[in-house]
Amino acid sequence: MHIARIAPPQRRLADRPTLILLGGAVLLMAAMAAGVLFGPARISPGGLGAVLADFLGLAPLPDAFRRDAAVLGVIRAPRVLMAALIGAGLGAAGAAMQGLFRNPLADPGLIGVSAGAALAAVAAIVFGATVFGAAAGALGLWMLPLAAFIGGLAATLLMTRLGTVGGVTGVATLLLAGVAVNALAGALTGLLIFTADDRQVRDITFWTLGSLAGSRWEQVPVVAALVGLPTLGLIALARPLDALLLGEAEAFHLGQKVEVVKRIAVTLAAIAVAAGVAFTGLIGFVGLVVPHLLRLGFGSGHRIVLPGSALLGAALLVLADLAARSLAAPAELPVGVVTALLGAPFFLWLLRRRAGGVA
Amino acid sequence: MRRRALLGLAAGLPAARFAHAAERRLVTVGGAVTETVFALGAGDQVVAVDSTSTFPAPTRRLPQVGYLRALAPEGLISLNPDLLLLSDEAGPPQALAVLRAAGAPMAVIPDGAGLDAVTRKIIRIGQAIGRDGTALAGTVAADWQALDAPLAALRPLRAIFVLSAARGAPLVSGRSTHADAMLQACGAENCVRDFQGYRPLSAESAAQLAPEAIIMMDHALAEAGGIDGVLRATALAVTPAASARRVVAVEGSYLLGFGPRAAHARRALAALLHPTANLPALPGRDWV
Repeated sequence: MHIARIAPPQRRLADRPTLILLGGAVLLMAAMAAGVLFGPARISPGGLGAVLADFLGLAPLPDAFRRDAAVLGVIRAPRVLMAALIGAGLGAAGAAMQGLFRNPLADPGLIGVSAGAALAAVAAIVFGATVFGAAAGALGLWMLPLAAFIGGLAATLLMTRLGTVGGVTGVATLLLAGVAVNALAGALTGLLIFTADDRQVRDITFWTLGSLAGSRWEQVPVVAALVGLPTLGLIALARPLDALLLGEAEAFHLGQKVEVVKRIAVTLAAIAVAAGVAFTGLIGFVGLVVPHLLRLGFGSGHRIVLPGSALLGAALLVLADLAARSLAAPAELPVGVVTALLGAPFFLWLLRRRAGGVA
Repeated sequence: MRRRALLGLAAGLPAARFAHAAERRLVTVGGAVTETVFALGAGDQVVAVDSTSTFPAPTRRLPQVGYLRALAPEGLISLNPDLLLLSDEAGPPQALAVLRAAGAPMAVIPDGAGLDAVTRKIIRIGQAIGRDGTALAGTVAADWQALDAPLAALRPLRAIFVLSAARGAPLVSGRSTHADAMLQACGAENCVRDFQGYRPLSAESAAQLAPEAIIMMDHALAEAGGIDGVLRATALAVTPAASARRVVAVEGSYLLGFGPRAAHARRALAALLHPTANLPALPGRDWV
């Protein structure tokens, strides 16, 4: 006991980012395996073996396992990949926004991207068939995601324009501009809902609750590019975001181009989140809660928080989607409901704990 | 064309089972679709329904696939259906695209209001499940048409259909809704002509429209606190319908489903709106 006290301090886990991130990657792999293997359509080990053998070109697929092949290859695999990519994007974007705004309550919604995407998606649902008639025919199932993506980016662009005065983007101004843009988008969405018919209102409601039920292979490369690449870009911003934690002036003196970093971080987060929600609808709490979990465990260094949030966000959304499609089978819960049900109580606990710490 | 090709392709998937009609597993989505399958005598093949399919009674004991605009691809496939029989109201389109990609056998039945739509649905559903729908369609058409002459002789009542009146301004039906079609068919005229679909009605417009009757779904009437509750809403209190306390309610899926019960629903609403008219009694049918 006496000896232990004078022994050199053990290296804390937080000082070993590689180990932590490796753990996160293992967790994500396990979540994805569970996402593919489990669900309301039971797959027998024999079915799994037959589908794998067919996939690897070892043996042709017996007709009896055609259904299993469709469930694994057509329904679950793209869905799990989409959940992982979009969850990673939401987690990393949330971590970057909290770092940038130095505000624990920041989430991607703050930069207007969700409200803008929602406004455009609602417009696509309400006017899809009539106003955009010709375009809707050509774009088909891509019309709504495209509209939501553009809407999300446009709202963020508007917000950064409003929040930039004399070439300097003040964090407080940006926050207030975000509040204004959110309110405006919300009002316009309300106006559209007023003109919508009964069925459209139901569609709008379900869109705002989020779902991965529409995931198909043709969407995966698009999401990999528009969510995956910006996520990697955000992770690369760890060092400048760490510098920003000290304050903008301090970061400037550390040699960071503060304005450029802000703009890049907001842009990458907006692209990742807009492209994600474009395909799934709104999914709350992943971007807010996941970075907090990381900070709670391993401190606020972005070299862990950013990639860690991406990995944990991905794992969380994959598991939330597994729950969403399993719990109410053969119906399905909206995945945004599952993430909020998990996230909100956790967040409250976090708040209480924090308040206790201060007192 | 494309739909038929997909159907053919999909039907090949569970080919072995598809051949035996008796073993067929049907999942029906949409109230009128489900009612028609039961009316055609194939109710014992239905293994799951959506939340809008509440009639006949056995549907309530079946597994629920959820709301018809929020279908779950894997949930549906997990039921091992030989055929997914969907109203064209079913969605979302993205989920249907996943089902198509997965080769799920499905048939999409166009929805619609009016007698033509009813008979078309019955024939299409019959074809999809391998039963002849012409007899059922003919019976429903005959029942419906038996009401044509007596209803044509009546003075059409000025009426509004109120979807909900429990909160805020009452939500009323404009043009191009199933409710609009049913009102026109029942010796009433929908006096809301300014818009399509359902919108909140202001007190001024209600006074100007001066409806003589208010029609509601029974659960919406109960939710609004019965006739007294409905007439307390400012927009409705100023109407002739309120002075005469003429508020009638019919069960929602019966009134607006436009399935095989449509003719009887038509008679039921017409009799409520025109209590003194001499309408022919319709023969009792197994499916009503």
